[in-house]
Amino acid sequence: MKFLEHKAKEIFARYGIPVPRGVLASRPEDIVDPPLPCMVKAQVLVGGRGKAGGIRPAETLDEARRVAGQILGMDIHGYRVKQVYLEERLNIAKELYLGLAIDRSAREPLLMATAMGGMDVEDVPREELFMEHVPAMVGLQPYVVRSLQASLSLDKEIGDQVAAIARHAYDLFRKEDAELVEINPLVVTGDGRVVAGDAKLVIDDNAEYRHPEYTNLDQDRTPLEQEAHEKGIVFIQLDGDIGVIANGAGLTMATLDALNLKGGRGGVFLDLGGTDDPEKVKQAFELLIKAHPSVILVNIFGGITKADTVATGVKQALDEMQATIPVVARIKGVNEAAAKEILRSIGSRAAETIEEAAELAVKLKTGGV
Amino acid sequence: MAVLLTKKARVVVQGITGHQGQFHTRAMRDFGTKVVAGVTPGKAGSKIEGVPVFNRVRDAVLKRKANASILFVPAPYAKDAAVEAIEAGIKLVVIITERIPFHDCLDFIPYARSQGVTVIGPNCPGIASPGQGKMGIIPNLIFKEGDTGVISRSGTLTYEIVYAMSQAGFGQSTCVGIGGDPINGTNMVEALTLFQKDRKTSRIVLVGEIGGTAEEEAADFIKKKVTKPVVAYVAGRTAPPGKRMGHAGAIIQAGKGTAESKTKAFADAGVRVAQYPGEVATLLAAA
Repeated sequence: MKFLEHKAKEIFARYGIPVPRGVLASRPEDIVDPPLPCMVKAQVLVGGRGKAGGIRPAETLDEARRVAGQILGMDIHGYRVKQVYLEERLNIAKELYLGLAIDRSAREPLLMATAMGGMDVEDVPREELFMEHVPAMVGLQPYVVRSLQASLSLDKEIGDQVAAIARHAYDLFRKEDAELVEINPLVVTGDGRVVAGDAKLVIDDNAEYRHPEYTNLDQDRTPLEQEAHEKGIVFIQLDGDIGVIANGAGLTMATLDALNLKGGRGGVFLDLGGTDDPEKVKQAFELLIKAHPSVILVNIFGGITKADTVATGVKQALDEMQATIPVVARIKGVNEAAAKEILRSIGSRAAETIEEAAELAVKLKTGGV
Repeated sequence: MAVLLTKKARVVVQGITGHQGQFHTRAMRDFGTKVVAGVTPGKAGSKIEGVPVFNRVRDAVLKRKANASILFVPAPYAKDAAVEAIEAGIKLVVIITERIPFHDCLDFIPYARSQGVTVIGPNCPGIASPGQGKMGIIPNLIFKEGDTGVISRSGTLTYEIVYAMSQAGFGQSTCVGIGGDPINGTNMVEALTLFQKDRKTSRIVLVGEIGGTAEEEAADFIKKKVTKPVVAYVAGRTAPPGKRMGHAGAIIQAGKGTAESKTKAFADAGVRVAQYPGEVATLLAAA
């Protein structure tokens, strides 16, 4: 789960990380009492807002409304701006960076900081970057915070505030099941306060059940993707036109790759994962049909998911929706024979290998068969 | 020999009374695995497929000498089940469960390793050593005894590749599904180390995916330490640019993680990379 800046800041504040005062608006006329002078900030789930013109200053209420009107509805890297956040303008003396992420290889959280905040942290020279692993088993020890503080060469009062923020951020990172907590810039103001200028927060989808308060957050899914998400189906819309239904992320990706190598493009893909519920397969397939693919490629290696369960779901969905989309099926594994029989009965074309299936799908699409 | 799993394994199935636990208990026995006990809290005294069920892993260890555990426990309870197995003295824990919160894995996987316990997974299809045993969910029929080691991050893609290998006459010493999660108990380099040492393994197949840097690290290790021929497949060349883990993630990955980066790293290490899963077997024949 990704979080919009204003929502992430609300959570930051709950953990004691200072954030600027701000108000949220989805229409200019809703803006009544913004903290002036302010920054009007587009709320989108994508980086690079500032460079795209999504963050602009305003001095007065009228100006704030006018600027908000210009930013609302903007398209920022494919994301439509539905809300703006009007935030107290900070008197910036210095910009720092603080981040926490999971280092897969080390199997530990990684704490990062630099005095060169405000820029893309991957462009910061390595020697300017403080990086320290924090073993989750023992947690954030004081010596790590001390060395972080020392690495930033700040006045003691400022450094102490940064140290406290690092501890709060780690607390948040663990308790909220975060994959990423990032404050860039972490602003040192002219009057000696340390405040989170921006807030990035990604929470592990697997832990959604522990955080029911976040389940209805807008994740910028397409309507079909949203419907799928609510039904617990992995469904992603792409820019091609061939519908792919497979079981398991790896096999699904391998099928998309094969299509690409044969000159086709996946338009939507469905990963059935380890389900063996015919109703769920049917629901998944209905979503796929709603995306209007030109051809559907079914690639199932039966295991937990029995091949004939998938075939039955496919047949039912096609019958009920009276769809006449050509189907190419490549079926292996558990209950392979029964599945092939069902799919033959709906006129699907059978293939033996992934390559064959991909080639056939591309030919069918271009009317070559 | 095989790696990780041999005839000596006495397996306890945690979550044996669930649909999956039950189904796979039967399949694992059919494969020749000694499934000696099951554990489901509150279900002690019952039997599943003739296997006695206990409330605690400790009972399975004391009464049935279980020394390896496989978890079919739902994600919210997986950490609890894994720690229970570790504390009961189990030295090999295979975790099939998918969607375990990452922070649970950050807790119990380093803990397991600190206790000298090997964890396979989570979110994996398990391990199978044809002729020795299976702790996992891969269909029995696709395996063939042989001398090729398989290491895979994927589930069904592993079935696909193992099936094609068996058809082409390349049987497996052991197939290790290390799992697709960001944090896993045993990584590619560790699995490679085992296969490089194993006398029954003559060649190795690696099945990778986009994301993370496991393949790049594996390639680096192969260059330095692996003398056996390696063939690889990497899924996700055309996958949509998934969620990029912010700038902090970019630092950790340092330009790695893409299919191109992985394919190139493998090629630089002398590993042949298949374009299609089915091509793995063809490349093995040429290796």
